[in-house]
Amino acid sequence: MGQIGSEPTIQNGTMVKRESDRELVVTRTFDAPARIVFEAWTRPELFMRWWAPKSMGVPLLSCEMDVRAGGKYRLEFGQDASNAFAFFGRYIEVTPGARLVWTNDEGEDGALTTVTFEEKGSKTLLTFHELYPSKEALDEALVGMEGGMPEQFEQLDALLGSLGASVGGQ
Amino acid sequence: MVQCASARLDASFAALSDATRRGVLEQLGRAEASITDLAEKFHMTLTGMKKHVGVLERAGLVTTEKVGRVRACKLGLRGLEAEAAWIETHRQLWDARFDALDKVVEELKLREKRDGPDR
Repeated sequence: MGQIGSEPTIQNGTMVKRESDRELVVTRTFDAPARIVFEAWTRPELFMRWWAPKSMGVPLLSCEMDVRAGGKYRLEFGQDASNAFAFFGRYIEVTPGARLVWTNDEGEDGALTTVTFEEKGSKTLLTFHELYPSKEALDEALVGMEGGMPEQFEQLDALLGSLGASVGGQ
Repeated sequence: MVQCASARLDASFAALSDATRRGVLEQLGRAEASITDLAEKFHMTLTGMKKHVGVLERAGLVTTEKVGRVRACKLGLRGLEAEAAWIETHRQLWDARFDALDKVVEELKLREKRDGPDR
């Protein structure tokens, strides 16, 4: 994290890393000061404009956020209210312009999410980190939601499942 | 790079289209085996089995490793193939999200230039 000296080439693109069995890390640099990027993560009307991009296939219907330690948030996805599903949790830590930590309480396998905003000159390095309770929980993250998983991949899974291939590997 | 992920999937399906190769996967799901073991089990020549294992390997479904003079094979799924697809899936989502976030951030910057910082 931000070591000086052997700085790897600065990537402007989105980097996704599986840091460990239970951790997902996504990083990206934004061309704005940290307070501005932070604002886009913490004002519901702004958050709603980018959290569910069209390619996700499921629109965000509503978004409530009480951004302070102990405060709750709730997101509802769906084509309309009749088939909506909700994601919700609590903010554990809120440091304006620098750090957000929240829980994901909609299921047994919810991650702990930490987002940090590091100002570097006129830019901000954003790190999104999720810690899941188990390897399986992270394996399954995104699966069966928002069409994130290509259909063929699910077919392949089913096929391999029927071949008795061990799920989850060694 | 959707193409990249789907090319990998195509390779997987091609690899799985053959009964012998499916049998090999099933076998390796139970235990590792050498190419020689597999050739015997499926009543094939060593060369024939090498080809099949090669196809499975390129699809990321099997990994092989030379141990002494024997080439050991084991299931490579959930290794390369699954991991690559998994990362790609997440990357596509975040890429799309962050491109949209760029637009929001850009607007906020303009607004701030115009009106001065909020706080």
